[in-house]
Amino acid sequence: MSEPTERKMVDVFSDIDRDTALKANPSGYAVAEIAAGDDRVLTMTADLSNTLAEFREAFPGRYIELGIAETNSVSVAAGLAACGYVPYIFSMSPFGVLKTAEQWRTDADYNHLPVRLVGRLSGLAMGYFGTSHYAVEDIAIARTFANTTVVSPADQNAVLALMRATADCAGPVYIRIAEAVDPVYDTVPDIARGTWPRLREGGDLTIAAHGMGVGLAVQAADVLKTEHGVAADVYDGAYLKPFDEAAIVDTAARTGKVLTVEDHTVNGGIGAIVAETVARHKIVADLAQCALPDVDLEVGVPAELYEYYGLTVAGVVARALELVKG
Amino acid sequence: MPEDITLERGRPASDTELARRADWIRLQTIDLIAQAGLGHYSSTFSCAEIVATLYYHALRLRPGEPRWADRDRFLLGKGHVATGLWPVLADLGFYDKALLKQFGKVGSPLNDHPNMKLAPGIDFSSGSLGHNLSVGTGMALAGRLSGRDYRTFVLTGDGELQEGQVWEAAMAASHYKLGNLIAIVDANGFSGSGPTSMAMNIEPLGKRFEAFGWQVQEIDGHDIATLKTTFDGLPDAATSEQPTAVIARTRKGHGVDFMEKQPQAWHLGLLSPEQYADVVAEITARMELAEGSVR
Repeated sequence: MSEPTERKMVDVFSDIDRDTALKANPSGYAVAEIAAGDDRVLTMTADLSNTLAEFREAFPGRYIELGIAETNSVSVAAGLAACGYVPYIFSMSPFGVLKTAEQWRTDADYNHLPVRLVGRLSGLAMGYFGTSHYAVEDIAIARTFANTTVVSPADQNAVLALMRATADCAGPVYIRIAEAVDPVYDTVPDIARGTWPRLREGGDLTIAAHGMGVGLAVQAADVLKTEHGVAADVYDGAYLKPFDEAAIVDTAARTGKVLTVEDHTVNGGIGAIVAETVARHKIVADLAQCALPDVDLEVGVPAELYEYYGLTVAGVVARALELVKG
Repeated sequence: MPEDITLERGRPASDTELARRADWIRLQTIDLIAQAGLGHYSSTFSCAEIVATLYYHALRLRPGEPRWADRDRFLLGKGHVATGLWPVLADLGFYDKALLKQFGKVGSPLNDHPNMKLAPGIDFSSGSLGHNLSVGTGMALAGRLSGRDYRTFVLTGDGELQEGQVWEAAMAASHYKLGNLIAIVDANGFSGSGPTSMAMNIEPLGKRFEAFGWQVQEIDGHDIATLKTTFDGLPDAATSEQPTAVIARTRKGHGVDFMEKQPQAWHLGLLSPEQYADVVAEITARMELAEGSVR
């Protein structure tokens, strides 16, 4: 067991104050920035107004509280979008995506409407609150919707990058926010639609990750290089739909070994994206996943859960070495 | 139709004309269903007078510019009755009547349920019951945010009100004082498998909407004069602070005697050639009688 101080829940719900808003809540900061340049932008929450303190202060008439009613929120947003507005719904991912999947599909996606869902507290971020509060199947669901763009920012700078980049999307966008992640980018990166930034270059194996997995992947790559002489090709799977098919084909063909890392179940996430792509292109490659197993999950503080399920730098290193050694 | 021609609210139309229009909708519906091979007769017939009165009297429309920002919105919550709407939109000039010949075919914009991406004049897609009152709430909110005085009408079934999302929307609409939103409940008393309140009791509907902060009018949904008075007397869209629920008591299958006696059997089906002839004869005779009374 490590230090208890590192193992406590972190409050990521609130803006805290405006000075720290960018650091603590980049999605709230980003939507305020986008709204300043686009009168069509509105924000909505189902009882999550405390994540939008900055926006509400700057644009009090453009925030719509819908109460604890996520399904209604998505359909109301679709109605607003059909009248020319661009609503950003801020929601906890388990309720924002899973509970409203049919409203999202039928009202937002099928009608190609510019509704945005900012899913806070994705993956295991709500830890000991219990499995009802996990969103670990969300990507599998969201990426099957034909017209929905799905992005998973790796860190605070990537949140800004991907929210800015998707602001003008004509159709719906799901922005999956990982909380309390390690920095990956020193500055706001420029990530073209559907591309995966290559963060490390190497020929021994590929590590492809998204969201909180990216920080693990780059740190693991550095450990692999310095301590084990293994060179990893590391990609940030920032766009899960559309995803970077060319990058997967290129790297998988070169390294022949691909490890994926994500706080999502082994079903339907980036692991599946890579497997489907490799198979479709008839590339012979060994695949492995650092992801959550397809079983009942344990409950606990996120840091302990990540360790339990091997979603740590050491866990990624170990899995990478297994893959390289065959 | 030229883009700038607006069909204003309260357009003159006699009660007889609108009653005949409702029967015309019924005749058009049975033809379209015959073309497709299967369809929702009795639910379409229960709201024929409502649809006729809205489209030929109450709604502010611009058929030559279907997305005109100031048009009144009409959402078909009970999307399975779109068959009755297609001939109306064609007749008003939203699209060429020749499109009706494509109804139900692969690639056609006109199907059993309405799709806003395909058919001009459809303000929102539907088919999944319970969504459209929420969507209408969003549109009414948009009206208030943009300072436009359009109204948003949502026609729901009574069985549809069993969906919990409807009441989330009802709560939000009164919370935001959306006097520009009107829910019309086609309360025909039946859902797909039988009497609505045997499946799940939804009465007393009026009191339920009132408890959610709506003003309620309970009317005979087949009485044209009452429908006209009700729509003419709606509160001012720009300033009123309470959404309106019109509980239209109707009879499923209304207008065809054997369907009204067995509404459940005609929720979804196909008339035999003999039944088709009987239905045409019954409706045509009534329309001719109405025409005679006008002369």
